Amino acid sequence: MAKILLEMKNIVKEFPGVKALDNVNLKVEEGEIHALVGENGAGKSTLMNVLSGIYPYGTYSGDIVYDGEVCQFNKIKDSEEKGIVIIHQELALIPYMTIGENMFLGNERGKKSAIDWNETYREADKYLKMVGLQESSKVLIKDIGTGKQQLVEIAKALAKHAKLLILDEPTSSLNESDSKALLDLMLKFKEEGMTSIIISHKLNEVSYVADKITVIRDGSTIETIDNPDRKIPEDRIIRGMVGREITDRFPKRPDVKIGDVKMEVKDWTVYHPQYEGRKVVDGVNMYVRRGEVVGISGLMGAGRTELAMSIFGKSYGKDIQGTLLLDGKETNLKTIKDAIKAKIAYVTEDRKGNGLVLSNPIKINTTLANLDSISNKMVIDKDKEYQVAEEYRQKLKTKCPSVEQNVGNLSGGNQQKVLLAKWMFADPDILILDEPTRGIDVGAKYEIYCIINDLAAAGKSVIMISSELPEVLGMSDRIYVMNEGQIVGELSKEEASQEKIMSCILKSGRGE
Amino acid sequence: MKKATNIIRKNTMLIILVLVFLFFTITTGGMMFTSLQFNALITQNSYVYILATGMLMCMLTGGNIDLACGSFVCFVGAVGAKCMVTDGMSTPVAILIMLGIGIVYGCILGFLIAYLNIPPWIATLAGFLAFRGWGTAILSANSSTGSIAPIPKDFLAIFSGKLFETAPGILNIPCLLVGIIASAIVVAINITGRNAKLKKGYAADSVAAMSVKSVLTVAVIMLFAYKLAYAGGIPTTLVWVTVIVLIYTFITSKTTIGRYFYTIGGNAEATRLSGVDTKKIMFLAYLNMAVLTVISTFLVVARFQAANSTAGTNYEMDAISACVVGGVSAYGGSGSVFGMIVGATLIGVINLGMSLMGIDANWQKVVKGVVLLGAVVFEIVNNKNKSTK
Repeated sequence: MAKILLEMKNIVKEFPGVKALDNVNLKVEEGEIHALVGENGAGKSTLMNVLSGIYPYGTYSGDIVYDGEVCQFNKIKDSEEKGIVIIHQELALIPYMTIGENMFLGNERGKKSAIDWNETYREADKYLKMVGLQESSKVLIKDIGTGKQQLVEIAKALAKHAKLLILDEPTSSLNESDSKALLDLMLKFKEEGMTSIIISHKLNEVSYVADKITVIRDGSTIETIDNPDRKIPEDRIIRGMVGREITDRFPKRPDVKIGDVKMEVKDWTVYHPQYEGRKVVDGVNMYVRRGEVVGISGLMGAGRTELAMSIFGKSYGKDIQGTLLLDGKETNLKTIKDAIKAKIAYVTEDRKGNGLVLSNPIKINTTLANLDSISNKMVIDKDKEYQVAEEYRQKLKTKCPSVEQNVGNLSGGNQQKVLLAKWMFADPDILILDEPTRGIDVGAKYEIYCIINDLAAAGKSVIMISSELPEVLGMSDRIYVMNEGQIVGELSKEEASQEKIMSCILKSGRGE
Repeated sequence: MKKATNIIRKNTMLIILVLVFLFFTITTGGMMFTSLQFNALITQNSYVYILATGMLMCMLTGGNIDLACGSFVCFVGAVGAKCMVTDGMSTPVAILIMLGIGIVYGCILGFLIAYLNIPPWIATLAGFLAFRGWGTAILSANSSTGSIAPIPKDFLAIFSGKLFETAPGILNIPCLLVGIIASAIVVAINITGRNAKLKKGYAADSVAAMSVKSVLTVAVIMLFAYKLAYAGGIPTTLVWVTVIVLIYTFITSKTTIGRYFYTIGGNAEATRLSGVDTKKIMFLAYLNMAVLTVISTFLVVARFQAANSTAGTNYEMDAISACVVGGVSAYGGSGSVFGMIVGATLIGVINLGMSLMGIDANWQKVVKGVVLLGAVVFEIVNNKNKSTK
């Protein structure tokens, strides 16, 4: 049996209110390719952040044994010195610098006082050859494609004398042939003795490249599957990923009659605002009825948020094409204000970044999207404002000393309630909720689910975007599955299951 | 006890202002406390209050500033003086032309910043250079001395001098009367405001707290009224400043548009996604700045009774300092007109006091720099403490 290069024992990592990792164990042998798979939020990236020292020693419990010794990493530099190099999903390259400059950023060649540029570019070219990238190291990063940028990241890792290479979703933004080339490169490194960990959603790739596959679910390791002949069926992996029961984590839906079609989009296509010609949403057809909760499932980056924001007064994207029908009438919503007037609300997934003004009190946040309704010719009626904020505080059971409290001082769950209050006060008929329970604890989640049910019972149309499969299954009357900008499946409540959703995504990913 | 520290923390700058004033009164042997100096404090600093009001609106949107306003004062002053003195136009026409220039420039600046996303400090740096040059060029083309004078009497009467003027040293009754009326209004507002709050069942100040607040405010108003009454009456500039300050206090605290200035500074994207036209607000901030700069120019030209090529030098810095010392966040999203007034007055008092003490002008600048830095550090440390508690 080969030597164990890395062993992570009983790792527990808690965030306020959430146990992100719960007794995770991982063993990686020297010279193997080890895959980590699991749903979004299962804890894969958290685990790798613990390993690389992004979460310093002491903020988690458990042991990391690497190369025979117990390690306590306090920062990324510590783990890199040992040869553990992580390549994140979001590439960390600086566009207006050359390949060479990027590769040795923070790891500069030459003396302390001055960088030796000749040495830098000579070394850079050497490593570029190792990864098979035929570009001069003096080319700017912005001038090469994503596939090549990914190779630069790997060359950068090699330049740090990596012994254990961690790739987080390395192929998520690559096309078929670039992905294949990257996986073959990993296999080539393996023959040269490199150990790698790959995190991926693309199970066909995992099955193609990995010697062993560890499944993580809800912050715990479920199983490690051997894959000696690289032919493990994807169903086998999926079973491990989703084998969880949906218990009563979801409130019962009151029996509501679902009404007519309230909103419908046809052939909806949206282009990326920066990258010319890149379709982010591609020919989407969908509808939502009155009193219905429609879930949109899919992996991160599937285009769900972009779809929602483009419907919401074209707040995202370029060259938006397609028709939007409200109550069967074709409508063109040019601005966010139009959308709000048409009684659509979009509750963002990023409540701190896009949703709330953290430095302002609850009452100001509650009324922001509908300030005119409590104003008389631009003069705000502050009494009314206070009453409204107070009313929603009680209705949603927001825990806070008073509505004068700054939103920044609230917990995530209560912030989410303020965000919901803000949009409920805007009095919409259609609510698009983007990841409404992200980063909040189980109790607050249940309360948010109750609010969603109440909204549907009141005849509102709810579109719920969520990456958590149990949530989508537990809450929705109907589910759309999105992948790579397209709707790749529509499932009724009865036929939907975690396996079905996953297989919709995975099948479409392979271009079948 | 906790309440007391809370009050002190909320009003730190105000307390510092009082202490600094007392300090200069003592070191100047009471000179600081004379009628003459109260008058000087207002007439010398009126332009700062108006420019800083405009700057406040810009800064609220995210710490954005206008570097060009000082140079613009010089330029608009030069154009106005040329119209009135060289070309012999009537005063109202000249005033309209100056305002027109302000609106046109404000629209261009607002467009560049709000719709073309040019960083404000760069867009206004261009104006900082260009308007100083352009203004000076107009002045030297129309005058051998580099300044155009004399400004017509009717212009001076609107923007300088005193209302119901009497000779210095004689008690000016109208001035005192205005002080009494203003005091009565303040007290009435305090009482009715508190009653209204109690009636609706909201938390309100105790009777004692309200009384203390009213007594202190009345004392300050009456002190100024009394002192100014012996300096010849109400300075016209004080009327202009008061009107503008009241208008902007209302806008920032009571109106929807004022609210949006704050929320954009707090989180521009969240505000945009709430259906607010954030670009329009940015545009308005700079249009407003340009118009207030023109009004400030009126006061400056009237005070010097001439348009000079050096007029407005460093005014942009005075306005920014007043805001920052007055607790307006350099990152945007928080600050008030009242805070700005305290900041501007504090700097004005320091200027005046040091001049009276005969401190060298170069060292005055050093002191002002230190005060500015101290105010920012204080603000940030204070906020940090508050948020960790």
